[in-house]
Amino acid sequence: MSAMRAGVERRKLLDKLFVVLGLLVLFAALAVLLTLFLDLVRQGAPRLNLDFVTSYASRKPEQAGILAAWVGTSLIMVVTACVAMPVGVAAAIYLEEYAPRNWITAVIEINVTNLAGVPSIIYGLLALGLFVYKFSLGQSILAAGLTLALLILPIVIVATREAVRAVPRPIREAAYALGATRWEVTAHHVLPYSMGGVLTGMIIGLSRAIGETAPIITIGALSFIAFLPESLLDPFTAMPIQMFNWVSRPDPGFRVNAAAAGAILLGMTLLMNGIAIWLRYRFRKRMNW
Amino acid sequence: MKLTSTVTVAALLAAGLGVAPRDAAAQQTIKLDGSSTVFPISEAVAEEFQIAKRGKVRVTVGISGTGGGFKKFCRGEIDIADASRPISKSEMDVCARAGIQYIELPVAYDALTVAVNPRNTWVDTLTVAELKKMWEPAAQGKVTTWKAVNPKWPAQPLKLFGPGADSGTFDYFTEATVGKAKSSRGDFTASEDDNVLVQCVESDVNALAYFGYAYYAPNATKMKAVKIVNSKGQAVGPSPQGVLDGSYEPLSRPIFIYVSTASAQRAEVKEFVEFYLSKGAPLVEEVKYVPLAKHAYDLALRNFRAGKAGTAFGGRNEVGLTVEELLAREGRF
Repeated sequence: MSAMRAGVERRKLLDKLFVVLGLLVLFAALAVLLTLFLDLVRQGAPRLNLDFVTSYASRKPEQAGILAAWVGTSLIMVVTACVAMPVGVAAAIYLEEYAPRNWITAVIEINVTNLAGVPSIIYGLLALGLFVYKFSLGQSILAAGLTLALLILPIVIVATREAVRAVPRPIREAAYALGATRWEVTAHHVLPYSMGGVLTGMIIGLSRAIGETAPIITIGALSFIAFLPESLLDPFTAMPIQMFNWVSRPDPGFRVNAAAAGAILLGMTLLMNGIAIWLRYRFRKRMNW
Repeated sequence: MKLTSTVTVAALLAAGLGVAPRDAAAQQTIKLDGSSTVFPISEAVAEEFQIAKRGKVRVTVGISGTGGGFKKFCRGEIDIADASRPISKSEMDVCARAGIQYIELPVAYDALTVAVNPRNTWVDTLTVAELKKMWEPAAQGKVTTWKAVNPKWPAQPLKLFGPGADSGTFDYFTEATVGKAKSSRGDFTASEDDNVLVQCVESDVNALAYFGYAYYAPNATKMKAVKIVNSKGQAVGPSPQGVLDGSYEPLSRPIFIYVSTASAQRAEVKEFVEFYLSKGAPLVEEVKYVPLAKHAYDLALRNFRAGKAGTAFGGRNEVGLTVEELLAREGRF
């Protein structure tokens, strides 16, 4: 009897140890992020003001700002989201709800997973040949947005499939029993219920895309631009490019700017994540199974 | 249903941005691209020019490196190429095949600075022969201590730092010291980021590095610039004065812009280049490069107005050529 109790005690202790370990890992990760963010804020503090986000780049570090860069980044993200979301979700739904189980589907699935591991510079080179020259989009916001959409497509597809798969089978069956077509089941039930997961995948993808430098340098992002784009075919610069440029400048004043821009870029990412969490919460509230 | 409408709205929004009415006539864009060495100057001129034109003309400046800039230039994608060295033979051929002609204009000097740690007590001056001994390909694996370069110096390790092989600075330095462009030992620490070179020299007593004067000037208190013995036997440190009077040689070099003759027909490009050559000098100084002499700018301006096309170099770099000489030469393609 006492031997059994000792065993129980030991297992409970293990359980607690695992919780402590998990918390430790979590805090370590958060501490790294927080240190990084606070360090950027501390270094960039003198430049973190309204002027910085409303002025263009300049040769004078104390007058230089990130207006063209953050507008460029935001527009690229809009294009990326508008392309990656419908294409990614459609692909995922096809694979999950429609595709027959055969070798073609298997090949597609393997390739989607593999695409997620392709280095981003390869996407940049592909886009340079395809979007910039073949489709004559030029070195434009549209080309950059499409490139990053390609880059995050596998992430969106995989996340959407997971979300769609999590919708309980009986919900589909109940709808079919009432005579709904496959499209009606998907559009009225499966998709709305999986929206939270889809959005999470989308935001993970966009958070990756927003910091990408290599592919947009490859397709020709500019370093100095002192006007705002009027169309999606205009030339552009983006936050990571602006930071990269400032870090490599001789004048130490530019490093303060780079830190401030880094803090704002991190802030933009956190804001995106915040919106996603809020949206997910709203979608979940509307679910009434 | 909600989902489809969100997507539609987003798509419409994107499309709306794309077809937003634009006043093409009032908004001409001048495109520059190329060397990161020339970038700060072009950026400063572009900034001031746009202010002077009250936003009527748009100027963009990219950084693709001198070679990358010429590639775009010879494809006709940009109006002006920023170059930290003259156009090469193969680039001339590509441009010729594409039917692109250019006006070569020196816009400033850069003084390559050889720097050591401030605690380095043994080196104040270096001869070109000593630099060659340190950097030539034959030194690889053999010249590894300061003593090996000059017996009077201590037997401490010689740690060399320099820009990477894609840089125009590397091309010029090897040409000026070893005697052949791109001919250098391979066992030095290379970095494309000059700030890294600066930090290495600041922290290592045995270090020696070279980079553009603009990277030395703001860090002058944290490192020691080595005086270089010129062809007249004088030891001269890097300074705007030494560059202008020609005594800091062979490590001072002109840097260029190449203007496409087709683009130069456009009024706004013409105005921009004239602005560059007539109002550029104080801006050049501000970003820590050395402006040309007044009469050299005038000469360049005259060449530009006369449409004097071609390169004075014929595809290979020459050390010690003065700006006046190169502006007076016949252009070649």
